[in-house]
Amino acid sequence: MDQNFRLENVGLINRNKKISFKFNSKNYYGYEGDTLASALLANGVHLIGRSFKYHRPRGFFGAGVDEPYAVVQLYRNGETEPNVKATEQELFEGLEAKSVNCWPSVNFDVGAINNFLKIFLPAGFYYKTFMWPKSFWYRIYEPFIRKAAGLGVASTKHDKERYEHKYEYCDLLIAGSGPSGLASAYAAAKNGARVILAEDKPRFGGSLLTNDVNIGNQSGKDWADSIITELKEMPNVIVKNRSQIFGYYDHNMLVMSEKVSDHLPKTKKYHPNKRLWYIRAKEVLISSGSIERPIVFGNNDTPGVMLSSAAKEYLKIYGVFVGRNPLIFTNNDSGYETAIEFKKNGINPIVLDSRKNPDSEIIDEAKNLGINIKFSYVVVAAQGYKKVKSADIASISEDKKQLGKTENIKCDCICVSGFWTPTIHLASQSGNKTKFKEDIDAFVPGKSKQNETTLGAANGIFSLEETLKTSLKAGNDLSKKITEKENKVSVPNVVEKKSSKHDKFWCVPLPKGKHYKRFLDFQNDVAVSDVEIALREGYRSIEHVKRYTTLGMATDQGKTSNLNGLQLVSEIENKVVPAVGHTTFRPPYTPISIGAIVGREVGKHSKPTRKSPMHSWHEKNNAIFVDAGVWLRPRYYKRGDENLFEASKREAQNVRKNVGVCDVTTLGKIDIKGPDTAEFLNRIYTNSWLKLPVGKARYGVMLREDGIVMDDGTTTRISENHYHMTTTTAQAANVLSHLEYYLQLVWPELNVNVVSSTEQWAGAAIAGPKSRQLLQKLFPKNDVSNEGFPFMGYKEGDLFGIKARIFRISFSGELAYEVNVESNNGNFMWEKIIELGEEFRIQPYGTEALSTLRIEMGHVAGSELDGRTIPYDNALDGLVSKKKDFIGKRSLQRAAFISEDRQRVVGVVPLDKKTSIPEGSHLVKDSNAPLPNPKLGYISASCWSVEYDNPFSLAILKNGKNMIGEKLFVMSPLKNKVIPVEIVSSHYVDPKGERVRS
Amino acid sequence: MLHIKCPHCGMRSQNEFSYGGDASVKRPNLNKEISDQDWDNFVYNRKSLRGKHWELWQHLSGCRQWIKVERDTTTHEIFNTLKADEDIS
Repeated sequence: MDQNFRLENVGLINRNKKISFKFNSKNYYGYEGDTLASALLANGVHLIGRSFKYHRPRGFFGAGVDEPYAVVQLYRNGETEPNVKATEQELFEGLEAKSVNCWPSVNFDVGAINNFLKIFLPAGFYYKTFMWPKSFWYRIYEPFIRKAAGLGVASTKHDKERYEHKYEYCDLLIAGSGPSGLASAYAAAKNGARVILAEDKPRFGGSLLTNDVNIGNQSGKDWADSIITELKEMPNVIVKNRSQIFGYYDHNMLVMSEKVSDHLPKTKKYHPNKRLWYIRAKEVLISSGSIERPIVFGNNDTPGVMLSSAAKEYLKIYGVFVGRNPLIFTNNDSGYETAIEFKKNGINPIVLDSRKNPDSEIIDEAKNLGINIKFSYVVVAAQGYKKVKSADIASISEDKKQLGKTENIKCDCICVSGFWTPTIHLASQSGNKTKFKEDIDAFVPGKSKQNETTLGAANGIFSLEETLKTSLKAGNDLSKKITEKENKVSVPNVVEKKSSKHDKFWCVPLPKGKHYKRFLDFQNDVAVSDVEIALREGYRSIEHVKRYTTLGMATDQGKTSNLNGLQLVSEIENKVVPAVGHTTFRPPYTPISIGAIVGREVGKHSKPTRKSPMHSWHEKNNAIFVDAGVWLRPRYYKRGDENLFEASKREAQNVRKNVGVCDVTTLGKIDIKGPDTAEFLNRIYTNSWLKLPVGKARYGVMLREDGIVMDDGTTTRISENHYHMTTTTAQAANVLSHLEYYLQLVWPELNVNVVSSTEQWAGAAIAGPKSRQLLQKLFPKNDVSNEGFPFMGYKEGDLFGIKARIFRISFSGELAYEVNVESNNGNFMWEKIIELGEEFRIQPYGTEALSTLRIEMGHVAGSELDGRTIPYDNALDGLVSKKKDFIGKRSLQRAAFISEDRQRVVGVVPLDKKTSIPEGSHLVKDSNAPLPNPKLGYISASCWSVEYDNPFSLAILKNGKNMIGEKLFVMSPLKNKVIPVEIVSSHYVDPKGERVRS
Repeated sequence: MLHIKCPHCGMRSQNEFSYGGDASVKRPNLNKEISDQDWDNFVYNRKSLRGKHWELWQHLSGCRQWIKVERDTTTHEIFNTLKADEDIS
């Protein structure tokens, strides 16, 4: 294919490197440095997609982030990405893109019938039409609307790309590398400030790349290049291109998305696709420039109608001319700059200027070049369906209400300039109350809320000289305050053309008898008539009009449509624009990939994984792991082709019969020191702690202030002023914060220190009737007899030269000990236990067997201490001291907590002694009662009792204390089960607790 | 994300802290009679203030100290931070 619309020797692209790509399955080529948009335009492709609602043909309107509709589905390296702006996507070898919003093809789109039905599809159409019958919504209306509307298609595959997050701090963050950004960055950098300069495009320089200006005897572009080169060499400056600052959050935190690999055929090894920067800046300089705004006229969405600044950018950066017979429609001098560029490259444009007799340097230059200019003339409507073929033009009266006789002139593109809209999104997001600037008919930032300053065109300053002067000063002054150094940069000599005043004209009236669609919002297909309907129907607030018509919504966020929409509302309402106000600008300024927001926190990286020092032993011994909070714990150790049930049963039986060993490293551990520790524990726990002797452990329960059980565990007095507290695995962090809260804020007079020691100790629980014999082998020097080392005792021991802590505590209900050693010795301890335990038929056991053992013993754990139960509910009321006060005690007097039929933990056994009871099932009196069947309680934990070889569950049951022996039903609608059961004591095995003391 | 000045560590990002509620709430002394209403107020009832609010934060991923922060609940502006043992003026 020939590039019929490419000029020779014009532009910044690299003509030595051809790049081939596919659009809608057709092969094209462009050059390195092209965007997908410029390469398509060079090939004469103007039809890129169909519009959102009416499926009208759409082309290119802008040349960058301002583009409202040229979005494509992109295919790259086996992946697909929806809603990519063709004007921002850089060309790479092998790029493939397809149109969105059309079926079967962009040239012949069935949905375009909507365009002819448009009188039936006014604003609010969906709200009004698809309301009834109600049952049609899910089956018919919604699927149809979803298919007909919407943009691209998201990939359903796992995203192979990697995304990174980065945190950065700086003195000055500068958003945009146009003249104001470069000048302020340069001045600040010279003063030694830490500067980050971010540019969303691949090329630095902003408007200097396309405007015909001179700075300090160089062209604008050369000046920009020299400043960037110098900045890049300074160690205190970070310069980033392809990086969009899209959100301004609290306390001067801004977020930037850096496209690291989007311009490459494939992400390089060890590189991310995108990098999200969280930047905390002392000062933020917003130099985001301005976006040209359209003038509204009939069929102004026809492919070939575009912003005049975009046409100029395609010419000057990419050497692409968007038409051979351009028509330029302007209300200010900017249109002339585009006309002059066309003329200089041998293309004859026609200029229509809505003004009567403007006078300026640029207009004189255009006249001298012999450009055909018609003053007091406007475009009434574009003609042509898939591409502009001609334009209906007419003269216009001075009050802009009367059109002259319409004439038709041939043209193949219409370049529109309705003056400039400062890009105030970031300033507005920061909380800045914007103000309306009459002389430019647009909003500019007002009073800053955070440390933010808006410069240049974004602040409504369109003179280059003024911009450079104010930006150098801002960069200098703000950095000087921070660095206390000054190295002043003088304002360079500027040559620019003086402009004349723009015309406050933004919408061409309809000629008599014509009903052209005049679009305000191109992305959402919102026309003048839609806003008129919304107002006629009584919508007044601009926020309501926005939502009813979808004006300024979606990914575009009203970049080109916002002000024209406001103008229209203000005109109909007969208010001034500032009285109408503008809708809220919300981050992100441009669409950001979900992948970039998520970063590396995907899959197993979504949370940290903690492993015990014995983890590799468990792995080697066929452990199947389970997540316990952030820890990985062995659930069971698989032997042969055992399943979970068989393996855990074997392990639990072996504990009851011989001896088992369980990795309990994950239990939370808190080291407590200080002379007031006993008093502190006495206030935190429900039971008494003042008389615990050295060398003894005690079980304790702690409550929240509202009386609910927070956690349980044992605390051991290691020495006079030194205690070792254990918590459940899940609550370890919360308990530490809880203790710190009371020590730091409530009782600062207590001399106590707490510190987490969870990771410092590895723990092994040795449980079973033969555990004492094993312990003796492990610690031959210690007296481990029942008298010498009684239940709840504590000893220090010597494990083959390693210091160990031994606790006689039990969770399984068997005779049991817990041995702790320093973490790095954990594996040594474990292997010794296994080695010496062999003669006692030791087996390791996992959390599933552990659960079985504790459930049939009636020991409550996390499933009962679930943040909704008080000590009584868990049969722990015996541990609640009547004599002393403690955290949460006062709440236990609440009426509901002391009511006679208060819920309480019970045991549940199926009558057939066979049917397993699903956890979470409800207990009811009558399984056939009409719904809602009153619920008496719920199953908190279930197991297969290894002692009695039948199912057994724990339940929290209303009036549980008096329900022992009752026959009830367990109902699980989820599993579709109804099981007749008997209520028994929660202490199913060894109710007197003799084994632990044996 | 807020930027909070820990009186012990200096300016740190919000993700190092956890929120701890109204700092003006005083726990009633232990072993002291208290009416149901007063206890209820202490445990449950909080003002939802618009504007300046003294609140507790814990520098969880830092020095682990509980601190007092005076923050505007509408603008997020932080006026002052105090150590746990310093009184709100």
